[in-house]
Amino acid sequence: MERVIAKGAEADLVIIEWNCLMALAKRRTPKKYRHPELDHRMRKTRTKTEADIIHKAKLSGVPTPLLYQVDPEDAVIVMEYIDGVKVRDAVDELTDRERRKLFKRIGGYAGRLHGAGIIHGDLTTSNILKQGDRLVFIDFGLAEVSVEVEKRGVDLNLMDRMLTSTHYRHREELLAAFLEGYREAMGAEAEDAVTRMEEVAKRGRYIEKN
Amino acid sequence: MIALGVESTADNLGIGVVTSGKEVLANVLDVHVPEEGGIHPREAARHHSDEMGNAIRLALDTAGVSVDEIDIIAFAQGPGLGPCLRTGATSARALAAYLGKPLVGVNHCVAHVEVGRMATGAVDPLTLYVSGGNTIVSGYESGRYRIFGETLDIAIGNCLNAFAREAGLEYPGGPDIERKAAQGKTLIPLPYSVKGMDLSYSGLLTAITGELRTGKHRVEDLCFSLQETAYAMLGEVTERALAHTGKPELLLTGGVAANKRLGSIVRDIAHEHGAEPHIVPIRLAADNGAMIAWTGIIAYQAGHVTPLEMSHVNPSWRMDQVEIPWRE
Repeated sequence: MERVIAKGAEADLVIIEWNCLMALAKRRTPKKYRHPELDHRMRKTRTKTEADIIHKAKLSGVPTPLLYQVDPEDAVIVMEYIDGVKVRDAVDELTDRERRKLFKRIGGYAGRLHGAGIIHGDLTTSNILKQGDRLVFIDFGLAEVSVEVEKRGVDLNLMDRMLTSTHYRHREELLAAFLEGYREAMGAEAEDAVTRMEEVAKRGRYIEKN
Repeated sequence: MIALGVESTADNLGIGVVTSGKEVLANVLDVHVPEEGGIHPREAARHHSDEMGNAIRLALDTAGVSVDEIDIIAFAQGPGLGPCLRTGATSARALAAYLGKPLVGVNHCVAHVEVGRMATGAVDPLTLYVSGGNTIVSGYESGRYRIFGETLDIAIGNCLNAFAREAGLEYPGGPDIERKAAQGKTLIPLPYSVKGMDLSYSGLLTAITGELRTGKHRVEDLCFSLQETAYAMLGEVTERALAHTGKPELLLTGGVAANKRLGSIVRDIAHEHGAEPHIVPIRLAADNGAMIAWTGIIAYQAGHVTPLEMSHVNPSWRMDQVEIPWRE
């Protein structure tokens, strides 16, 4: 039994049966458009890094899928299947209050990740699943281990960019709620990262600089 | 309706004459080629200023229309190099005032997308716009062209041109790099910098220039490695944005759209995601006046005119700041 549930940009997500469990296989398929050497190198590295960081994130208290199996050569991770919706698609269904609460929680988890030296690398509302009240962070394919303020700032800027491009109706309040949660979780270290986020945004091309 | 469009955002001076029936009657191009180094804004502006009269005359002659038959004067109001933009804006203002015709200021990046849609018949594409000055992945959403990904530092064309200059290749760099790359075999490991849907080329440029200076590699392999790495990055952010937006079409435009390797990457990605690929022909993909004229027409028909006092140029005018009333 195999069912493809998503053909993402980077990988196919396939529901499989694994040791009598329903599981999710994340397969980084070769990209025809990429040079084979570059392609293999990237798929292998990203698979190993992702599995490693999914585990590290758990240790920091951020919910991530359970890992069952990792195969770097074929670039496959077998993990827990989470039957939830992307936060991106859940946002419009919520009341204003629920939405703010949700983003404060997301900010808190982002703060825990950064506090544990993890940079998500693709911190968007497409990469956080909501399953009832449970939030699960997924897609650590571009994640890395770093405590650099710059990388934290870029990570936060990605979330802001997502809010600006996709959740533009609520961008201001959701960013405020997100940062509130982030500051609570990160403590004193938060300010440097938030300041850097603002700098990164201004560094973007053609931004009106105040 | 007939529009005359003035494009002068960078090194290309373009004058286009286009009808509301999508006919490109003229698309005159006069490119400023620097004697050495990259584009010097003041030198390019002087070139545009010197050639403006001739280019307009040639465009009208080619189109076979007299100035009286022109209904609107459109010009690229930004983004771009200040001195170059001002030269075009000054000419457009003078023409509009002298002829008593409406002046329509147009966003250069929006014009790339609009003429691409006009030329290819794409309706609602995700657009990869790649040129010497811009690297943007955008798509229409609720009244604007939203930017999903872009370069965080230099444009892809900028990276190619700067490397070509270092390697003693022809200017602009793209075509010569592509020819050399066809004879390349060895993939030299280079920094690959994708951050979500954004990318960065400054590190790649520094690294490839460093590899060149070691003298250890054939220039063919350098070109090959540069192309493979730089275009794989474009491929990845485009694929991410396509997966994210679920757009039914993928449009490739800008001067770098002429690159065959990039074209094949875009086609592969489109097919993989069930989207229809559209590659804008080079005369309308590179900076040109027809795209400004055409966008002027659809903006004017949607009720947009630019009063003289609002016609100042904006060198840093982002495409996502522009309201797009002509698409629901």
